[in-house]
Amino acid sequence: MRRIRAAAVGAVTLSFALTLAACGGGSSGTEGSNEQPRTLTYWASSQGANLEVDKKVLQPELDKFEERTGIEVKLEVVPWGDLLNRILTATTSGQGPDVLNIGNSWSASLQAGGALLPWDAKNFEAIGGRDHFVESALGSTGVQGQDPAAVPLYSMAYALYYNKKMFADAGIEKPPATWKELAETGKKLAKDGKWGLGAEGSNLSNNIHQVFVLAKQHGADFFTADGEADFTSDGAVAAVKQYVDLMAKDKVIAPGNAEYAQNQSLSDFAKDKTAMVLWQTASATFKSQGMDEDEWGVAPAPVQSGEPGPGKATNSMVAGINMAVFKNSKNIDGAKKFVKFMTSDEEQVILNKAYGSIPPVKAAQQDPAFDAPALAVLRDTLANSATALPQVPEESQFETVVGTAVKELFVDAAAGRAVTTESVRAGLEKAQQQMPKK
Amino acid sequence: MTTTAALSAGERTARKDDPGTAPRRRRPGRLRRVGLPYLLLLPALLLELLVHLVPMVIGIVVSFKELTQFHIRDWGAAPWAGFDNYSLAVDFDAPVGEALLSSFLTTCLFTVLSVGLCWLLGVAAAVFMQETFRGRGILRTLFLVPYALPVYAAVITWSFMFQRDNGLVNHVLHDQLGLTGSPPFWLIGENSFIALLVVSVWKGWPFAFLIIMAGLQNIPKDIYEAAALDGAGVWQQVRRITLPALRPVNQVLVLVLFLWTFNDFNTPFVLFGKAAPEAADLISIHIYQSSFQTWNFGAGSAMSVLLLLFLLVVTGVYLWFTSRGRKATDA
Repeated sequence: MRRIRAAAVGAVTLSFALTLAACGGGSSGTEGSNEQPRTLTYWASSQGANLEVDKKVLQPELDKFEERTGIEVKLEVVPWGDLLNRILTATTSGQGPDVLNIGNSWSASLQAGGALLPWDAKNFEAIGGRDHFVESALGSTGVQGQDPAAVPLYSMAYALYYNKKMFADAGIEKPPATWKELAETGKKLAKDGKWGLGAEGSNLSNNIHQVFVLAKQHGADFFTADGEADFTSDGAVAAVKQYVDLMAKDKVIAPGNAEYAQNQSLSDFAKDKTAMVLWQTASATFKSQGMDEDEWGVAPAPVQSGEPGPGKATNSMVAGINMAVFKNSKNIDGAKKFVKFMTSDEEQVILNKAYGSIPPVKAAQQDPAFDAPALAVLRDTLANSATALPQVPEESQFETVVGTAVKELFVDAAAGRAVTTESVRAGLEKAQQQMPKK
Repeated sequence: MTTTAALSAGERTARKDDPGTAPRRRRPGRLRRVGLPYLLLLPALLLELLVHLVPMVIGIVVSFKELTQFHIRDWGAAPWAGFDNYSLAVDFDAPVGEALLSSFLTTCLFTVLSVGLCWLLGVAAAVFMQETFRGRGILRTLFLVPYALPVYAAVITWSFMFQRDNGLVNHVLHDQLGLTGSPPFWLIGENSFIALLVVSVWKGWPFAFLIIMAGLQNIPKDIYEAAALDGAGVWQQVRRITLPALRPVNQVLVLVLFLWTFNDFNTPFVLFGKAAPEAADLISIHIYQSSFQTWNFGAGSAMSVLLLLFLLVVTGVYLWFTSRGRKATDA
């Protein structure tokens, strides 16, 4: 009896413990074919206020595609929190969609996995050629010098959104253009339970987007030209410190923002609790939070001095969504047709208008729909002063470790502990040590 | 016993009557007797193999591979890493090993506190609930609610309550009772350990309560009556009768609670999201991050295998120790 129980307990232990160890899957699929020319599976990322909105935007277009080509597209909108894990699982098992959206910053990481169809000259030809796309958007499609792993679908950029009512109440006439002005403006606004700027301190990706731009402004990069992690350069340290100091020293960010990771800063903005946010294409979210278009304004994100531009005057990452094709699709020609359809001038105007983003396609970008002031700021930023995040295979690890380092520094700042150049450097040093050795 | 004796007697007579056919008639019967349990177990065994053992073996194989993002598409072809993943995980001077060790120690402390508190609350509540009083049924049901709620729904509610600016916890502690100078953070920084512990105990103690309550039903009332006649007080009754009688129940209960708590993934994952704060970086979350956030599945699997070995050793030692103790009592 005791032996049976011991064995039973042993089996229970084994199963509990090794459920974790079990993360295997099948083998890789075969190369693409045209065995199933009538159907396609499409994983869309969630670009609207919620998954239902996405379905409403996309389904009519997919129906149009079916009408024209006879190919039925099965749509699944995948929430952001799940998308990368779903793609990894699909890569491992070989059981994935035919066409999918990816965050453009994942391009190089996923390119290394080798599951996505490379867009060589021939494949580009099938969707209208490389020249069809805006060059800066193509900069976020994979490691430089290699065939892109995806093509741009929606482009987005960071901008400074400000709450007009709060600005008027504080007697502020124009949005800040430099970080110094932002700190001054923020101090005027930060009183009586209201705050100057919002931040998502526990959102690792958002932390990365902010400190990446600041590092550019300090003339630093987080990776060397040959792809080595370089997190502790003076410029990188200064950039991270400058961002966290908005809470620690200038006190224009509320300490509570250190634990924000689910767009709470946008709710605060809509509730007149925070006057400014640095965000990418926020208009759709503001609308869903019940704000009218004339309640908020938009201005280029701040720079250290002067006007936004290339190099040290960068004020945004090239944010956006790319579209990729799984190499082992059973309808590879249909998949390319679908990508061509989605990146066509006509669809680009419809889709980007619906999502408040900018078309990464030259002709569509000229459509008057994107001349509205809110979108013009984003378009000009993308055209003149946005830089692509590092296109290295380790980008996703970089987001995790440096994003966490910034989060920890925000925790210090929120708890009233000093944030010094030394503590920032120590945090980044620790992050760099966690990067895989080459 | 009598049936077996009768049967064999019958067999003996049969053999005497017809010696040629007897062995043939006996064999299928015996085969059936011996084979049936195995036949009945076969589906379960096959499923166990498919659902648990095969993935486990794959996990162990992966732990010896250099399985990073460069190889996930065809992971069978990933280069062998030998013991590299293991030496990376146990090199406590290097950042990866150091982080794993600190996560391991955090998990140990967390488990001891959580299991201890769950058990203590469970025993206390179960002992008090032995007496019949008005509303006992309602209280019993109420106590079991946390155990009945779906984990995700319960923990996400806790995460709202623990929010610094809008959460219920700070509203009570800071705004109403004025216990703290400034509203503390619960989901980031040092306090996150306390938050995690509170949720874990809240979620786990009803199970202890349930099991111990069932165990208490088996203690005959007359023992207490006899003890009371002999002049034993309540505390002495608990110490001399209740606890020793609960010993076999406790033995299993503590082991199960230990394994569940040590391996708990859902609670910290739902409470803190993808990047758990260092103070509450439980080992299961740590392994998940090592695998999925940095895409190093080999190292993640190696850590899982180490965790498995640790749990096997702890379970083995625990069972040996407790059963030895019982043998001594039996003797």
